[in-house]
Amino acid sequence: MSLIRLENVTKIYKFGEREVVAINNISLKIDRGEFVCIMGPSGSGKSTFMNIVGCLDVPTRGKYFLEEMDVSRMDRDELAEIRNKKIGFVFQQFNLLSRATALENVELPLIYAGWSLKERRQKAVQALSWVGLEQKANHYPRQLSGGEQQRVAIARALVNSPSIILADEPTGNLDSKASMEIMKIFKRLNEDQQLTTIIVTHESDIAAFGRRQISFLDGKIISDIMT
Amino acid sequence: MISITSIINIALRALIANLMRSLLAVLGIIIGVGAVITMLAIGTGAREKISSQISTLGSNLVLILPGATTQGGIRMGAGTQQTLTILDAEAISKECSYVMAVAPVISGTAQVVFGNQNWSTAVLGTTPQMITVRDWEVVSGRFLTEQDIRSGTKVAVIGQTVAEKLFGELDPVGKLIRIKKIPFEVIGVLGRKGQSLTGQDQDDIIYVPLTTAQRTLYGNILPGRVRLIYAKAESLQSIPQATEQIKSLLRQRHRIAQGQEDDFTVMDLTQMLKTAEESAKTMSVLLGAIASVSLIVGGIGIMNIMLVSVTERTREIGIRMAVGAKPKDIRIQFLIEAIFLTTVGGVFGLFLGIIASFIVTSLMQWPATISILSVFVAFGFSASVGILFGFYPAYKASMLNPIDALRYE
Repeated sequence: MSLIRLENVTKIYKFGEREVVAINNISLKIDRGEFVCIMGPSGSGKSTFMNIVGCLDVPTRGKYFLEEMDVSRMDRDELAEIRNKKIGFVFQQFNLLSRATALENVELPLIYAGWSLKERRQKAVQALSWVGLEQKANHYPRQLSGGEQQRVAIARALVNSPSIILADEPTGNLDSKASMEIMKIFKRLNEDQQLTTIIVTHESDIAAFGRRQISFLDGKIISDIMT
Repeated sequence: MISITSIINIALRALIANLMRSLLAVLGIIIGVGAVITMLAIGTGAREKISSQISTLGSNLVLILPGATTQGGIRMGAGTQQTLTILDAEAISKECSYVMAVAPVISGTAQVVFGNQNWSTAVLGTTPQMITVRDWEVVSGRFLTEQDIRSGTKVAVIGQTVAEKLFGELDPVGKLIRIKKIPFEVIGVLGRKGQSLTGQDQDDIIYVPLTTAQRTLYGNILPGRVRLIYAKAESLQSIPQATEQIKSLLRQRHRIAQGQEDDFTVMDLTQMLKTAEESAKTMSVLLGAIASVSLIVGGIGIMNIMLVSVTERTREIGIRMAVGAKPKDIRIQFLIEAIFLTTVGGVFGLFLGIIASFIVTSLMQWPATISILSVFVAFGFSASVGILFGFYPAYKASMLNPIDALRYE
């Protein structure tokens, strides 16, 4: 059983009369515990692929199964629930709430999952300790370095025990030292917890962390190699 | 499902982050709720004042006034002709079954002297029934008797104000006062009534026997004529019947042909009550208009600020959606923020209303009573405005596409 299974997935965006085919008839399987790096130039369809896999968007044609559930026909509420329980996002811009502390940012998915305050605190502190930031739980994002902010974002992605971590250019805004730290955290999580990880990047040294590299061009997969 | 405390916590932070803006946004609500509170306070106060004054005037009271004269086609208004007589009063007392008591009055103003004190006051000639008609009590001494009327004795019953002005701390009963230089013995002091509907001091009064007033004090008045007649109906319900009986009896006695106008006016207090309520209502309507306009303007202010807030926080909404917030969660969050804003406005508005009511009371001598109802109304109105005008921004926020929202700069 595959964790992720895409069958002939096509996504078309309409801008008035003009149609843009973002991804074109992609079929793909990703198993539990894989560490996948997605590469490709901008406009190649890798972001659209991530949005669909992350249940932020649904395919125009084709089917997407996540843990054998057909996600492609779900409504907004069901997609929100899948994102909450199965998916952890890490963004290039960190996307932390500036008015909330590190701890409160990590708690955010748990609020929507309906956990009590006490359980939320406990889980959030634990998630922060996985990224080595339990000492900075009460700091606000602006008081943290870029690398630390991204680690808070990773803790937020992990806190509700998701099936997949989806990271879109997670090191795009970081210097090389911080980038390496972040990648080591992803690698450790993948190895220790068998956490399925999909990372979009255009840097080959980052892509080298992946045990599987998938390359996109013009909405199609042009290579899919195990390293 | 997201817990309510989390939502309130989120809402509170967002509002505090823009404190000044939030306060300016709720200004309309503050004024609107303030106006509603003042309106209610004035309405309640006026009603209370009117009913208490009605009761001091005497319950189930019917007033009979002489009619208007017509001199060369010019109608002079009620009371310009002395058409009522003592005999009319006696006839009403005997023949109108719905009338419980009748008291005719001859009135005038006179200078009253006791020792080195003097005071100008209303000196009214009347009959012993007056005390029943006006539900008045005698706190010291006694009221006029039939004996006083028959003999035309020079005795006087004085009101509280007169007692204070002439006697100060002394007990007036048994003392001699001079009314128009004629000595009268004070036989009783009346209880306190306070202000009348028209703002007159009802305690600034002296009652003397009707006959004495006619003969000694107001000799220039046509004999047997009275200024007005007080009648007391048996009950509140029988006021219309009593009025009808009095009218037909007086038309008969005054030989008024069918189709001709009455030469007298019968007024009951329900009419006076209506007039007073009318003016209170006008005031309320005016404030109600101010209130509804400012609540609508205030609501639009809230909608505006919430729309700005939604736009500013597009990215935040995207983040929340990405980690699992459902459209419903986002909608509730922004709706609670709007309701929270307006409720804070409601609290300030309540205080504004209380202050305004005090100002109205002290400046305009118009009573204003803040009731518990006002508090509920304040919160009810402000929360409704929040829901009504907060819904569209909240809906707009919940309908954002998470991908676009995340990309929003």
